[in-house]
Amino acid sequence: MTPQPATSGAAGGIGRRTAGHRLLWPALVLLALLLGNLAFHHDFFSVRVRDGHLYGSLVDILRFGAPLVLVALGMTLVIATRGIDLSVGSTVAIAGALACGHLAGAARPGSVAATLTAVGLALGVALVLGLANGLLVSGLGVQPIVATLILMVAGRGVAQLITDGQIVTVTSAPYKMIGGGYWLSLPFAVLLAAVLVALTSFVTRRSALGMLIESVGGNPTASRLVGIRAGGLLVLVYVFSALCAAVAGLMISSNVSSADGNNAGLWIELDAILAVVVGGTALTGGRFSLGGTVLGALVIQTLSTTVYTLGVPPETTLVFKAFVVIVVCLVQSPVFRAKAVRRRAATPRPPTTAGATPQEQEARA
Amino acid sequence: MTSPSTPPPAGAGGPRPVLEAHGIRKRFPGVLALDGVSLRLFPGEVHALMGENGAGKSTLIKVLTGVHPADGGTVLVDGRPHAFTDPLQAQRAGISTVYQEVNLCPNLSVAENILIGREPRRFGLVRWSETRRRAAELLTELELGLDVTRPLGAHSLAVQQLVAIVRAVDVSAKVLVLDEPTSSLDREEVAQLFGLVRRLRDRGVAILFVTHFLDQVFDLCDRVTVLRGGRLEGEYPIAELTPVTLVQRMIGGELATLDQLSGRAHGQGAERAAGEPFLRARRLTRAGSIEPYDLDIHAGEVIGLAGLLGSGRTEAARLLFGADGADAGEVSIEGRRAPLRSPRHAIARGIAFCSENRKSEGLVGELTVRENIVLALQAARGWTRPLTRAKQDELARHWIEALDIRPADPEAQVRHLSGGNQQKVLLARWLLTEPRLLILDEPTRGIDIGAKAEIQKLVARLADEGTAVLFISAELEEVLRLSHRIAVLRDHRMVATLANDGTVTPERLLTTIATGTDS
Repeated sequence: MTPQPATSGAAGGIGRRTAGHRLLWPALVLLALLLGNLAFHHDFFSVRVRDGHLYGSLVDILRFGAPLVLVALGMTLVIATRGIDLSVGSTVAIAGALACGHLAGAARPGSVAATLTAVGLALGVALVLGLANGLLVSGLGVQPIVATLILMVAGRGVAQLITDGQIVTVTSAPYKMIGGGYWLSLPFAVLLAAVLVALTSFVTRRSALGMLIESVGGNPTASRLVGIRAGGLLVLVYVFSALCAAVAGLMISSNVSSADGNNAGLWIELDAILAVVVGGTALTGGRFSLGGTVLGALVIQTLSTTVYTLGVPPETTLVFKAFVVIVVCLVQSPVFRAKAVRRRAATPRPPTTAGATPQEQEARA
Repeated sequence: MTSPSTPPPAGAGGPRPVLEAHGIRKRFPGVLALDGVSLRLFPGEVHALMGENGAGKSTLIKVLTGVHPADGGTVLVDGRPHAFTDPLQAQRAGISTVYQEVNLCPNLSVAENILIGREPRRFGLVRWSETRRRAAELLTELELGLDVTRPLGAHSLAVQQLVAIVRAVDVSAKVLVLDEPTSSLDREEVAQLFGLVRRLRDRGVAILFVTHFLDQVFDLCDRVTVLRGGRLEGEYPIAELTPVTLVQRMIGGELATLDQLSGRAHGQGAERAAGEPFLRARRLTRAGSIEPYDLDIHAGEVIGLAGLLGSGRTEAARLLFGADGADAGEVSIEGRRAPLRSPRHAIARGIAFCSENRKSEGLVGELTVRENIVLALQAARGWTRPLTRAKQDELARHWIEALDIRPADPEAQVRHLSGGNQQKVLLARWLLTEPRLLILDEPTRGIDIGAKAEIQKLVARLADEGTAVLFISAELEEVLRLSHRIAVLRDHRMVATLANDGTVTPERLLTTIATGTDS
């Protein structure tokens, strides 16, 4: 993975200094995790072509990480507005259950038409769910964590109602393509996620959407006084988050050709929040970084893979993961780094102002 | 001590002050907030601490109550030196503070709030009946009849304030600091509060009272300490002062020297005020913030809003921008009724508003100078019609140059700019929308002299070009220099509108602010 250090090094010199700094730490963490894996498995970085498809651990990380990247993508915009969306895991389950339920009942589940209807159904319902979240938050002023908690809890039940509490299995080649297929020897899910990330990045940065979201999240009072219609923006980000979760739900259920209302997307909201935070977007809203979120999601996914490659006993998996996450968060915290440096240097005056991020240091200079 | 020394109030417990501060110095990064300030509090007196914004009142209180350690000077309690490093130490030494916002738990009962942390216990368990009995006893002693079992939140803000005071006095009963306790209370509630304060005074408690309301100072207090610009202006028995002399001491003596500069706006008032006004407000009001007022603003006219802090200047202006909704009254723009329900409505009609709270209500600190400058224009266009990056860069560069914003880097985060430059960014944001009416709330507060002069020049030029300006400032000099007409506010009422035709002297303006009548 040579691009990461190159990115940080090159970006540091040119105009986008802040962006360079912003992505530096998540990139370093990802690199460290990958190198750690390489130390245990010497063929970890090897990528082979088998049956015209790419295979290898790195490809697996991308393939299995694609749903998380998507969920985290939607979560990033929600968090940028000072909100949070806990309902994405339930939306993942509902989308999978709806699509598989429709295909299981269809006359020809293998047809493209039936697959497209199933996908449309899942996305349409997700749109309504996102709308409900958005209206609760912007229209009724319910706190985001409470508003989305409702769907988080109720949504699991809805998914199980759709599947009658069973695991619905489908056999449909076009549907299998979404999460498990390959296109031009690349995993289709990875391509889909990449296209959606690129599209989102393009729309938020080329239209004024990104700036207005950052303004609303950074200072809601000032945004109101400057005439920004925050209500519409809030509804938009919750709808977008639900749609991203629905696509992730389709990928997950397609990959295993079945829908499990109980376990599909379980705790994915927490992984997604973690990915956003590791990627450098603060939970307090304002500036967001889509690139950081993608790196963050890959860090989380690599961590899950590492657990298997290291052969960590299953019963200690979560403890191991939690430990690594704590270390990652500490390494990223400017306050912690300043303290660590101070202690080692043992000088009375720290080299950096406590609490200042590298961006601040630089902007002052 | 540099102040005119006054004898302790008659009838006080003794010649020795219960709280004494000498030569307090406190430096914050870039500012000397307190420079050798002294204060004496005697048992059984109500002592007012007065000063304009930035005079150092709150810093002094924070030093006395241990929130900030002092950089120099001594604090004596009962003649013994203390150096408080946290509020708990000050409380143990007998100094309690009640802030404007009540720091109690609205979901707990009155009794629990009064005795929380000090509940009577037996075998480690709280004796609830005893708790209620003691709380009721304390309240009765101070002639307050309250049901102590009801949750505090069920009572009005005024009663909550009273409970906070009772708690503070019960914790430690020597010195009570009241930091603007009346700013959100109505007349009757204030009377109730004053009754309690007087009873406490009669019991020998020393009370330090911070307020912006002149009437209340003359009504309640025995002596007053005036701060100005971080220094001690003086300590006076209230009987030696009139409202006018008190305001003079708060605002300072530079008034005499401004005349050579104040000729600008004189004499043009009549011609600019001719014809149909751009904005006409009639009986506009909002309960608790501003009494009904009338105001006409013509194109090319600068209207100054003068008055002390808390007199309702900002509140009056916010109604004209839709930042707060009016309860009654109407606004018309160019002769047509225009209900200003939200800032968006006001912006669509060509009104712009630069808030006095640049950081909390104006700028988005994380965003860059460029983004902050184009924000209002972009918000008006909506997110689907973005300004191209080239256009944004062009606008940012133009306004950075026009207003001399430093550093001249459009990509700098706006929170790292100095106060004056932040103010200019805020001005640039609204100027590029070419507003018909520009409302400026304290645009020159806390910024250096150079930037101040530039902003004043800019206001004059904008008016010459036909923009209507509503200019709010605590500095009379500035208001007199720039305004064609001056509306004076006092205690949430617009008490007078003066044509600035050369007959308005600083003294006359001062008298109007202090007494509410234009003599």
